[in-house]
Amino acid sequence: MEQKEQEEVFTISVLTENKSGMLNAVTIIFSRRKMNIEALNVSETEVAGVSRITIVIKSAFARAEQVVKQIEKLIDVLGAFLYREAEMYYQEIAMFKMSTKEFLNNNTIERLVRNNGARILVIEKEHIIIEKSGHRKEIRELREKLEPFGLLEYVRSGRIAISKSKRKTHAFLKELEKTNYFKSENNYQKEN
Amino acid sequence: MNKMETESTIARKSKVSEKVNISGSEAVIRSLLKEGVDTIFGYPGGAIMPIYDELFKYDDKVSHILTRHEQGAVHAAQGYSRASGKVGVCFATSGPGATNLITGIADAQVDSTPLVCITGQVQSFLLGSSAFQEIDIIGISMPITKWNFQVTKAEEIPEAIARAFYIARSGRPGPVLIDITKDAQFELFDFKYEFCKGIRSYRPIPELDLEKVEEAAQLINSAKRPFILAGHGILLAKAEEELKSLSEEADIPVAATLLGLSTIPDNHKNYVGMLGMHGNYAPNILTNECDVLIAIGMRFDDRVTGNLSKYAKQAKVIHIEIDPSEINKNVNADIALLGDAKVVLKALNSKVEKAKHPEWFSKFASLRKIEHDKIIIQDTKPDEGEIKMGEVVNLVSEQTKGEAIIVSDVGQHQMMTARYYKFYKPNTHITSGGLGTMGFALPAAFGAKMAQPDKQVVAIVGDGGVQMTIQELGSIVQYHMAVKLIILNNNFLGMVRQWQQLFFEKRYASTELVNPAFTEIAKGYGIKSTKIDSRDKLAKGIEEMLAHDGSYVLEVSVEKEENIFPMIPSGAAVTDIRLE
Repeated sequence: MEQKEQEEVFTISVLTENKSGMLNAVTIIFSRRKMNIEALNVSETEVAGVSRITIVIKSAFARAEQVVKQIEKLIDVLGAFLYREAEMYYQEIAMFKMSTKEFLNNNTIERLVRNNGARILVIEKEHIIIEKSGHRKEIRELREKLEPFGLLEYVRSGRIAISKSKRKTHAFLKELEKTNYFKSENNYQKEN
Repeated sequence: MNKMETESTIARKSKVSEKVNISGSEAVIRSLLKEGVDTIFGYPGGAIMPIYDELFKYDDKVSHILTRHEQGAVHAAQGYSRASGKVGVCFATSGPGATNLITGIADAQVDSTPLVCITGQVQSFLLGSSAFQEIDIIGISMPITKWNFQVTKAEEIPEAIARAFYIARSGRPGPVLIDITKDAQFELFDFKYEFCKGIRSYRPIPELDLEKVEEAAQLINSAKRPFILAGHGILLAKAEEELKSLSEEADIPVAATLLGLSTIPDNHKNYVGMLGMHGNYAPNILTNECDVLIAIGMRFDDRVTGNLSKYAKQAKVIHIEIDPSEINKNVNADIALLGDAKVVLKALNSKVEKAKHPEWFSKFASLRKIEHDKIIIQDTKPDEGEIKMGEVVNLVSEQTKGEAIIVSDVGQHQMMTARYYKFYKPNTHITSGGLGTMGFALPAAFGAKMAQPDKQVVAIVGDGGVQMTIQELGSIVQYHMAVKLIILNNNFLGMVRQWQQLFFEKRYASTELVNPAFTEIAKGYGIKSTKIDSRDKLAKGIEEMLAHDGSYVLEVSVEKEENIFPMIPSGAAVTDIRLE
């Protein structure tokens, strides 16, 4: 623990009850340790009332593991999971705004879109919007290629990720309910 | 008190019917009664007035202690909880009332003390508008509460309070805050109370892995020099007997952390003293000689471990702990036994074999003798010079026969109290451990007295700390609480001064205090008070204080520049413990 361990990229996937303040409760765990969040995404899940927070950090493993335990400890967190890059499927999405005039004058843009698995979302009189999903590296490469043609605006989402494990959210919740209620009841009687 | 009895008595007394149309404020009081609350510490103000108005109507069923500052209320609730094992409850208004609770809430979080704090809040339509006394107490208290919740509708009150109590006292206990807007307090709704029996996202007690228990037992059975570190978790789990059987059966020395004091009687043959920065010589040195370290309900705080890279590296570590986030946080566990200490120890004890380790124990004895000759005897039985803190504590210990509840503040006197009071019964030592909150002791002492009115409660404080909450003498007087307060006065912030002497070449920056006449202040409050400044009057003075029927302030002038040893300098290894 005393030597500086190698930092790597981790994805933390957090299932929480959909209650106000949960994002704050999770993110202050990072800020307290002066850890930077590289990317963040909050969304619904296939289970009503349950949200998923996906967080990407660069950290040594031991530190990342501790942070996940602290997140788990939050009362309204259903589960928090730590993944290495190889343990997940993940994507980010980006949108590029470019001038319509430039697009019409130069067919390179259209070729770049086609060759990079992107698509044209809208074409307006003044501008066009290109959409690209993929890993951060692919998005960055496309951006570098588009930049010479005048990028008016660029926006990229946080990562969304799904684990390669077979676990289903529904089944996970059912298991939680079964075990926790059972234990809680014992605990309650003991405490009283 | 038996819970079933409490509830049925309360139900009879208050004639709480199953479903009634009442205000949110009344629902707060009725919910608290349902949870068996009979004592609340607090301070009223605009945003919590409807709740206080209901409290007035229920004053035959619940006592409210009006403190002189909200910090006093929360520390009193902590003292109450620590002395009784029950959930401490405190009230405060919005804005400054709520922010004044923060230090106590943080203290309770670090020291795993179950509290339910209820704060009033401005009306919900004013939230976020910087209205008068509006503050985001949910945001502010988030990192220092086990759980918090803002109520904006009356109908949310029963469930919020039921959850609050369940969360505060289950698993690793901690403070919970419920913020209730004024409109929710006024709103009428159909009240019905249901106890919280579980929360799907919350697992208070991890499942015990019996295979690991087996492994741990084998490790203990093969150990030549096993060593138990007893922490606060043992008191919280009421596992004192199980600790004793493990120690006796396998003949294992037991050392306690600061908050683990009183887990095992001071005169138990296997008790070898306190760990940590100002703990005893033998258990610190021998931490680095044991072969199996059994840490129970403790979290390897830096004040216990010193330099982690030189801490118990030779030992296999068994960590018994209820909170998974404490495992491998500071010290890597070879075997982690997750669970309630009582349950884990019961399972472990059934597999642990009888053993004898006389040579190992003799090492403790010989180091103990070194400390005794070099330090303890001078600290507790000096022949000359000014009065020493240790001798005062020692006399209090002798005269109360270890039967009192001792509440200490933070600093040198705290360490002297921990070192020289002989604790025999569980939960008789109450102090601010993790957060180190000066000003804790006086309010915590009267909270403890409320919980244990038949016990002698003695607060031992320094001249610095006492002035942080000295106004709470008013609360002691108003509610006729027979709390004994000993002020060990050296006209210094002694612990900081000691560090300045040892590590800052005696540059005493802002540590010397010009103090008021404490006896006059006590008298101003109508509290009997005496000042002792010579050794020949000390024993008698303590005797009079203890015998006095009512509260008492005893000021003792102690040696101005006394230092506490042993000491592990900050960042040094446990084996670098200094005797001078």
